[in-house]
Amino acid sequence: MAEIRNYTLNFGPQHPAAHGVLRLILEIDGEVIERADPHIGLLHRGTEKLVESKPYNQSIGYMDRLDYVSMMSNEHAYVMAIETMLELEVPERAQYIRVMFDEITRILNHLMWLGTHALDVGAMSIFLYAFREREKLIDCYEAVSGSRMHATYYRPGGVYRDLPDNMPKYLKTDTRTDKEIEVMNANRQGSLLDFIEDFVKEFPRHVKQYDDLLTENRIWKQRLVNIGIVSAKRAKQLGFTGPMLRGSGVAWDLRKNQPYAVYDQLEFDIPIGVTGDSYDRYLVRMEELRQSNKIIGQCVTWLKANPGPVMSDDKKVAPPKRVDMKDDMESLIHHFKLFTEGYSLPEGEVYKAVEHPKGEFGIYLISDGANKPYRVKIRAPGFAHLASMNEMTKGHMLSDVVTIIGTQDIVFGEIDR
Amino acid sequence: MQKLLEQLEEIFDASSIASSYGELTLTVASEDIISTCLKLRDKLAFDTLIDLCGVDYLTYGQSEWAGDASNSGYSRGRSAQGGEDRHQQRFAVVYHLLSVSKNYRIRVKAFVDEAEPIIKSVTKIWTSADWYEREAFDLMGILFENHTDLRRILTDYGFVGHPLRKDFPMIGEVEMRYDEDLGRVVYEKVSIEPNISVPKVIRK
Repeated sequence: MAEIRNYTLNFGPQHPAAHGVLRLILEIDGEVIERADPHIGLLHRGTEKLVESKPYNQSIGYMDRLDYVSMMSNEHAYVMAIETMLELEVPERAQYIRVMFDEITRILNHLMWLGTHALDVGAMSIFLYAFREREKLIDCYEAVSGSRMHATYYRPGGVYRDLPDNMPKYLKTDTRTDKEIEVMNANRQGSLLDFIEDFVKEFPRHVKQYDDLLTENRIWKQRLVNIGIVSAKRAKQLGFTGPMLRGSGVAWDLRKNQPYAVYDQLEFDIPIGVTGDSYDRYLVRMEELRQSNKIIGQCVTWLKANPGPVMSDDKKVAPPKRVDMKDDMESLIHHFKLFTEGYSLPEGEVYKAVEHPKGEFGIYLISDGANKPYRVKIRAPGFAHLASMNEMTKGHMLSDVVTIIGTQDIVFGEIDR
Repeated sequence: MQKLLEQLEEIFDASSIASSYGELTLTVASEDIISTCLKLRDKLAFDTLIDLCGVDYLTYGQSEWAGDASNSGYSRGRSAQGGEDRHQQRFAVVYHLLSVSKNYRIRVKAFVDEAEPIIKSVTKIWTSADWYEREAFDLMGILFENHTDLRRILTDYGFVGHPLRKDFPMIGEVEMRYDEDLGRVVYEKVSIEPNISVPKVIRK
């Protein structure tokens, strides 16, 4: 009789279901996974090394490029670490703007996850619907920062500038009639906050639509239920955070447990799963979409009622106004120092974490008193999640690997750093 | 946090516990890391290892520019200036622990020697340490005793050196190009010069 041996299969790094540049070495027995060995680092750009060579403010942009589908949340952890060490007060309005954009980012991330996860598992249309809503939120990014992805909007001491009073509108083109343009611009007549308010009103209807398409869908359930079960105990051992931990039934959310910014003044709930399988994690993230929407609504109401400064008035950290520089020597000096040398942090170390859409995103910052960080360690949630790949896929079928990659919500920008 | 501090002081030497910015740091000798971690996990319910990383203290507190002006203009601060004031032990392994059940955090720090940067692995205590230790080995060159699979993780296959060490140049040591004649990719010494655009200045 012929000898039967396990088969080794190379999956990726150029595979559409690999969500980037994941290379998996799969040892399979027939179609059952015996061992999965992820090879990562194909997107390693040495962020931690680069950050050491630049003044603090110049590295905010690198944070956007870590998890490149939840940009502003990454920035939040980084600026929080700097603010803690400088003991800098952030104006309340800036805190609300940050929370609002953190939640917009969470919706952006979850829509991306939902679209690609469903696409991997075989549901094509949801991808198009998810991207339809993403487009509106990306327009919000563009309205405040000028960039659709890598915003660099949060700064130590606040945010770069206040929310704009006008929402950019679609312009006339040869391919669209005036009537069509008018319809497209209907919700863009007011300020950015009006636009977001309109989105908040509409969004639950869209979530309902995704829900109708997937939640009770027979194929969707067959592909997700009981796939990749992780118990609460194992989830903690494996360093899971965020929806991965909550899916296993642990009610843990930094926004509730260790509130930062103004999360303690907002009302929202934390969904948790029961069995800890992929389907539970799907339900958790779907509920998070609704809860984030609720938080955004509360922030919009607050921001409309409370105008005020959005940047700290500490001249050593915040750049002076352009107008002041024209006839104020001191402002000119501050500007020059800030943009050549930057500011120095006191000697010490700090670890600051935020509830990132994927889990706990932390920045461990060591300063030796210089104008550049001595060491920055980025704690990316995806890194711990991907490390569990072997344990989660063991005993599952080859096709379930794709489900598990999807459910882990992997983005290589943060894993490889 | 006060409660945790009291509990810690019962178990550990009070002089090894430092507190700053509302965070606790416990510094232990590298030989004691396993017993410390077991105590933290079993007695104080630190159920999650959130992060593990290596730190290189080689150039700690050395500025790149002392502000010296000569008749040829200001120096550009291309290399580190400063005393030979090195830390006695060059590397540190830093563990960030989280207790999900009790809702508190702690940072554990263990220094290791430059000559023998080796410490016991905590993979048996927290499974998540596996990849973190591989990363610290890859980027910092710290060895973890009893780790079952200490391979490089983030750098390229066949990479030489540990890039996050302070004596590893930021531009790297080799560059890669496709050689037409040989018909394969070749590695050569880097051709660009290292440059510091903004010198590191320490202001007390």
